[in-house]
Parts: sequence; C-alpha cells; structure tokens
Amino acid sequence: MNDLTLMRKNLWRKPVRTTLLLISIMIAFLLFGVLVSFNVAITDVRTAPNRMVTLSKINFTESLPIAYYDRVLHTDGVLAATHMNWFGGYYQDPRRGFLAVFAVDPDSYLRVYRDDLHLTPQARETFLHERTALLVPRNIAERYGWRVGQHIPINSNIFTNGTNGGHVWDFTVAGIFETPDGNSQANSVLIRYDYFNDTITFGKDRIGWISFLTTSATVNDRVAHAIDARFANSQDETSTQDAAAFNRSFAAQLGNIALVVTLVVGAAFAAILLIVGTTMALAVRERTKEVGVLKTLGFSSGRVLRMVLGESMLLSLLGAALGLLAAAGVLYIFSRINGGGGGGGGLHLYPSVVGVSAAIALALGLVTGLLPALSAYRMNIIEALGRR
Amino acid sequence: MTDLIRLTDVEKTYTRGKEKIAIFERLSMHIPQGDFIAIMGPSGSGKTTLLNLLGGTDRVTRGQIEFDGKRIDKMNEGQLTNWRAQNVGFIFQFYNLMPILTAAQNVELPLLLTNLSQSKRRENVKTALNIVGLSDRARHKPREMSGGQQQRVAIARAIVADPKLLLCDEPTGDLDRTTADEVLGTLQLLNRDLGKTIVMVTHDAAAAKFAKRILHLDKGHFNEQELAA
Repeated sequence: MNDLTLMRKNLWRKPVRTTLLLISIMIAFLLFGVLVSFNVAITDVRTAPNRMVTLSKINFTESLPIAYYDRVLHTDGVLAATHMNWFGGYYQDPRRGFLAVFAVDPDSYLRVYRDDLHLTPQARETFLHERTALLVPRNIAERYGWRVGQHIPINSNIFTNGTNGGHVWDFTVAGIFETPDGNSQANSVLIRYDYFNDTITFGKDRIGWISFLTTSATVNDRVAHAIDARFANSQDETSTQDAAAFNRSFAAQLGNIALVVTLVVGAAFAAILLIVGTTMALAVRERTKEVGVLKTLGFSSGRVLRMVLGESMLLSLLGAALGLLAAAGVLYIFSRINGGGGGGGGLHLYPSVVGVSAAIALALGLVTGLLPALSAYRMNIIEALGRR
Repeated sequence: MTDLIRLTDVEKTYTRGKEKIAIFERLSMHIPQGDFIAIMGPSGSGKTTLLNLLGGTDRVTRGQIEFDGKRIDKMNEGQLTNWRAQNVGFIFQFYNLMPILTAAQNVELPLLLTNLSQSKRRENVKTALNIVGLSDRARHKPREMSGGQQQRVAIARAIVADPKLLLCDEPTGDLDRTTADEVLGTLQLLNRDLGKTIVMVTHDAAAAKFAKRILHLDKGHFNEQELAA
C-alpha cells in the first residue's frame, strides 16, 4: 500500500458518486476533444508561407474572368500560378457526403502544388493528357472503393452538364494520390478545367480563384497590394491574401467554430468545476474524522493536502482520459462517414488537443481539489476527532 | 525506573468567546517507562485534554512536557508530527479505522511514514495482527468485524510502528464486558511482555483495575493516587 492506494480507495469509496462524476467530466472532455479537433482540422491547414490566393473581393463564391489568371501570373514577384473552380459534387447519393471537387488547369496546378501531391509519373501523364481524368486522394478512393482506370460518374450540385442536360459528369480515375499530413489538398478531388469549362451551361471562362507562389514570403504583402491595385475599380475587384488566411476565411463560412467551441466547452467546464468542486468538498467533510486520525498517526498536513489534491487530480485525469478516448472514437466514426471532404476526411484527435486536455484536466483537478485540500490541511486534530 | 514522561507546572486554558476556561493550573506529574496508568475522573475534569497534551495533538498554554528527556512543548508542528509517528500509538473509543481499508491495510498506515520496504511492512503488520490474535482477519474490512475485533485492529495499528507510549481514550467504552476484558487483557500483555508504557483514560472502574496505577483527576488536579492491586 502507498499514498496512491489510499487516494484510489478514497476515490472509489462511493462508486455511484464517483462514476457519475467521471461521466460528467468525460462528457466535457468528449465535447472538448471533438469540437477542438474539428476546429483544428478546418483551420490549421498547412501551406507554404509563399502561397497566396486571389479571389473576388465580394466573397469566394463570386468568380473572376479567366483573363485575370495571366495578369496575376505576370505580376512582379509571382513565381507560378494556377486557377481553380469549385465544382461541388457527390457520388451517387448526396447522403453519403459531399466531395470537394475542384476543376484545375493540370499543368499549372501540378507546378504550384508540386510538393503537395505524391503522384506516380503515370498518373501525372494521364492527368495532363486525358480530358476526363480524375485525381483522387487515397482516403476517398478507399472509402468508395475506386481504382485507377475505373469510370466514375460524379454529380455537381451547382452546375448543369450541357452535353446531357443533367448534373452528371463521367470521369476516369487517372491516379490516386497521397498528401503530407494536414495538407490543404488532403481531401481535394481534382478534375480538368478544360473539360469542366467546355461542358458547363453557365459561368464559362470564369475561374473561382487564383492560387500562386511568390518568389519569397517577404514579398507577399507587396505582391498582394500590386494585384488588388491592378483590378481596383473594375467590375471584378479582387482580394489577395496568403493561403492560410484564405483557408481560415473558407472555414469561417461554416460559422465561428472557435466561438462555438469556446462557449460550449466553457459552459461544460464551468458546470464541471462547480459539480466536482462541491462534491470534493463534501467528500472531504464526510471524512473529517479520518483526516484527524491520519494526522494523529503522524501524517503531516502537507501530505494530507497532497493526498486530497491527488485524489481530485486522479478523478479529473481519469475523466479526461475516458472523454478523449470517446472523442477519438467519435472522430474516427465521423471521419469514416465523411471521409469525402469538407473537413471530415483525416479528422482525428490531434496530439495538441490531447496536450491541452491534459493541462486542462490537471488545472481542473487542482482547482476543484484546492479548497477541500486546504480545508484538510488546516483541520485541527482535536476538532476533527471531537476530542475536547 | 526512569521517567518516560515528565509534566512540570503545566497550564492549559481554552478560550470560548470572551471566556477563558482553565483546564489545568500548574499540573505536574511523571510517568515512568513501562508504567500502565488509568486516569479516571468526572466529565470535564481534563482527562482527554491531558491525553491530547501527552500525545502532542494539543499544546500547553504554559509549562513543560518532556518525553524521554526531550521537550515536546518546544517542538514545531512538523517536529511534533514526526515525533508522534515515531513514539506514540493511539487507541480511540470508537476505533477510528478507515472503512475503505482492510484490517491489514489499516494496521499498515503508520508504517507508510517509515522507510521500511513493502515486504518488511507486511511482516510487521502480520506480527502486530498476530499479537492481537487477528491474523485470520487481515483481509476483512472493519464493517465485517465485531466491535472487539475492530478495537484489536486499532491496537495492532497503535503498536505496529513499535512506539514507546500507548495512549488509550476509553478503549472499552463501546464494548461489552467480556470483549472489554479481552481488549484490556491485550493491553496488559503489551505492557507486561513488550514493555509498552500505557496511559488509559476511562470511566470504567473495572477497566481501570487492569492498570498498575489509577490516577483520579478532578478540577485539573490529581487529588488521589493509588496503586492498583
């Protein structure tokens, strides 16, 4: 037996009470783990520091004339550029999740995103030369069971296909690619712009946005200013920003996730703080006599304080561990269901979230245990034992 | 016989509101090593306060308490806590065992304050439970034992760290006569065979007869002292 045994036994003195406390702490950390991981997944996308995006000043759903592409490409300080269109899309049934399909110019795209996609030379060649070629990230290919060479019909929920009057386009899988962890292209399904542009019934010769690399991140501001100044007072004014900011503003269209996380998780933790704090205080008060006995036997006040604090921390850490375990499970299921895109694919419990959770759990244990621990620390033996 | 405890001109007062209550005024006494004293007296005579002062769980207002030649009234809280762990075993009227721990774990508690290895601790616990005749109840929790058995576990806990002094506050106050006599017999054995010095507070004249000496405390003074048969 040691002090930890005592803490553990004290914690489980009333199993129903401890179980209920654990469940409440677990729920708070489950919410925290899921919401914060979701927020991290959609906002913390890794991009090169010299990657920038030019899009309509109104918002990213407004398109730009394709002529802008050449002008941006030839702006001083721009190393390479490509353009992209949001196609939207789903495979067979929209209830299975949407696909983040982008129509891109193959040659320039593969230059700008050279380091982001791990492609076989064969896949690259096919994508460069086949009009109906489709590039798919591995997680999506596995989810739908797609193979290279397979013909895939993809529906757009925005555009109409002028060749058949429907919303379906036929593609052939040219390659399955992988991306570094957390990469911005991790969930992107890529189709060719020429095929897209030739077959759509509206919005022809317009592009969604221009993605480009500057010669150095130090010239980003100057280049952005030059591009936006060039299109100022035109029918299609632009806004140029670095890719990280673009990704964040894209995510913000889903709502202020950070605010939702802060409010929901804050409320949950505040409630837990009160519940656990009150229960711990009650638990120590119930043990007044036992604390008196321990001190009589020679346990120092400091040791008693550490034991009460340790108990509340044990409770908090155990609840947090169970909550994070549940969060990992929920995120895994969510990732499997929504692997097709929109932040669902590759969603997992991030190490940073686990680290922050551990810190919160320790703080929670400390705060909830501090008052009862101090009360035990100050407890007078004679009063505790009622011996006067 | 050398004195284990010596109280000199001890004063103890409590403050209740604006009122000062004097429990002892210039109380002096000495307890030789190996003695077994029963302290009797009416309620409010200061028996429990005396036990608290002897055990270092309360402090004198004035005067000196020496234990084995050392002034315990001069010790700070930390020193007193360590001294208590090494030198004093406590036995309470209501046993005060930890309900969440088994008999063996309850007995082991004072050994957590020592540097003994786990195997040595286990060995000592076994010996202590053997002495009180409860080795077969080591894995039982207090609620699974009778009052007499619980008090014997409390005695094992009090002696496991081999203290020189045992302080017993009404150790048989919650027990029937037969069980009380068994517990008192155990205390007598500890005094006689293991040389433990025992100070026992009791209201029970029959219990007091197990001691070597009976001291009657009244209004803060020992007004009678007699040798037990």
